[in-house]
Amino acid sequence: MERFEVFLKDRESVKILNIQGFLDAHTAPDFESELQKLIREKNYNIVVNLDGLQYISSAGLGVFMGVIEDIRGNGGDLKICCAAPKVFKVFDLLGFPSLYEFFDSEDSAIKKFNVKV
Amino acid sequence: MKRKNKKFQIKLPIETVNLEIIRDFVAHIAQNMGFSEENIHRIELAVDEASTNVIKHAYKPTNGNQKFISIQVTTYPDRLQIDVIDSGKGFDPKKIKTPAMDLYLKKMKRGGLGLYLIKTLMDEVEYEIRPGIRNKVRMIKYRNQNVG
Repeated sequence: MERFEVFLKDRESVKILNIQGFLDAHTAPDFESELQKLIREKNYNIVVNLDGLQYISSAGLGVFMGVIEDIRGNGGDLKICCAAPKVFKVFDLLGFPSLYEFFDSEDSAIKKFNVKV
Repeated sequence: MKRKNKKFQIKLPIETVNLEIIRDFVAHIAQNMGFSEENIHRIELAVDEASTNVIKHAYKPTNGNQKFISIQVTTYPDRLQIDVIDSGKGFDPKKIKTPAMDLYLKKMKRGGLGLYLIKTLMDEVEYEIRPGIRNKVRMIKYRNQNVG
């Protein structure tokens, strides 16, 4: 059935969420609960690595929109990296690149938090 | 030899877990028709968005009878036609506005992006709404057109 997994790792003070598989209305709640957990624990510097993401629908994009205010309101940011062209296209169709920073590599996303990589 | 139209249909309970089955169903047909990988993705995503709207919004939450969504696909020589059908409460297509995406995003408004995406991804979109009886979102993708 639906294949979706979230892996969390720390790199310096930045939390990296690596999401893999298919992000749709069925799996979006899993991703959202991981992000909410980070926010509850006061982690506001977050990189979402989409390297293993094969598919995203607007339900997945809604998760990014739902948390960003909280994160930025607390002085942090959520940066996105490593999206496959097919996945990036969906973000692009909805104008996300004007509001979220996208990077080609995890390192370059982390560097934006002024962390030594 | 004249190619005949072909019809395919699936009917599933309205559960988000079935979205993957719906996507695979339409993707398989689009693939057999020879659509490009990019267009197959567009079709899959549009049908996912229409189906998600049905699953999330078409029916009032009750403990009554199980509710269903039907996906009817018709292949024509020049196009693929997909109808997403439910018998829920429906909606007023006239009230669907194309959101100014930059403002929409700045307000961090969530949800409601599906209909905008469908319009962007498909060549034609039509609505036929009969609340409680039969609501239909018809989406068409032409073989030799790459709109949007």
